Amino acid sequence: MRATVLVRPKPGILDPQGEAVQSSLRQLGFAVEDARIGKVVDLELDGNDLEQARAELERMCEQLLANPLIESYEITVAPE
Amino acid sequence: MTEPQPQIAVVVFPGSNDDRDAALALGGLGAEPVLVWHAEPDLPDVTAVVLPGGFSYGDYLRCGAIARFAPVMDAVRRFAADGGLVLGICNGFQVLCEAGLLPGALRPNDSLSFICRDVPVRVERDGTPFTSLCERGQRLSIPVKHGEGCYFADEELLAELEEHGQIALVYEENPNGSAAGIAGVLDEAGTVFGLMPHPEHAVDPLLGSTDGALVLGSLVNAARERLLAAA
Repeated sequence: MRATVLVRPKPGILDPQGEAVQSSLRQLGFAVEDARIGKVVDLELDGNDLEQARAELERMCEQLLANPLIESYEITVAPE
Repeated sequence: MTEPQPQIAVVVFPGSNDDRDAALALGGLGAEPVLVWHAEPDLPDVTAVVLPGGFSYGDYLRCGAIARFAPVMDAVRRFAADGGLVLGICNGFQVLCEAGLLPGALRPNDSLSFICRDVPVRVERDGTPFTSLCERGQRLSIPVKHGEGCYFADEELLAELEEHGQIALVYEENPNGSAAGIAGVLDEAGTVFGLMPHPEHAVDPLLGSTDGALVLGSLVNAARERLLAAA
């Protein structure tokens, strides 16, 4: 099955990349109030137990994919 | 009588690039450096460990995030838990934070620029195994060279760090947006230390400063004392 993990800098964490992109978008004439940049991790997993996959993805995020101190994460998983 | 030479491990990750500079500096200050490859499950019989600067595992995902899973890191964790002296320089500091051996995290510099220059730092905490040769308030000139050296700690953690005297080094002119200008931080026990500036690049007048020798020399002295105490 396929899963996607979105990792974002937590609110209040300085995101200089987001700030640079926001200011560039404004220079292009877009009325952008804020921009934050995170990461997307696409994963392919063995098995078809959705609940088990979700639990494992949770552990992957806590142990490696995100640094819980500074990043939040969002998991989506769907059977193929 | 000649003074005993403490053995100090310098861990080499794939992508470390200041390992030999660190070893050279430690050797010049009276230690016997031992390079230890990241795949080693155990540390040799050493009295201190240095995690050097560089770009371990290409800085993939987050700086230090992958290095923390290297086999040698389990040994470093055990060494630190037993009260062993551990110093992380730049990427080594990032690895220690990711490994949970030091509090906080390092984020991209607020300027988004890679910074490579001498910076003035102030000693906030003397009398530690890493600052015994310094005096509180002393100003050191040590180079930084990093893209992700912006130290993050939330207000609660900052208050804790202050309360426990864990903030050992602060920038006099904050180059990267670090919280409270923190350049180097200790663990609660005071035996694990991480800093973004590179003391190993400031140990010879030819390099423009010898202030780094105060930090590394403190570590060598502390390691020697431990060696003598164990003898």
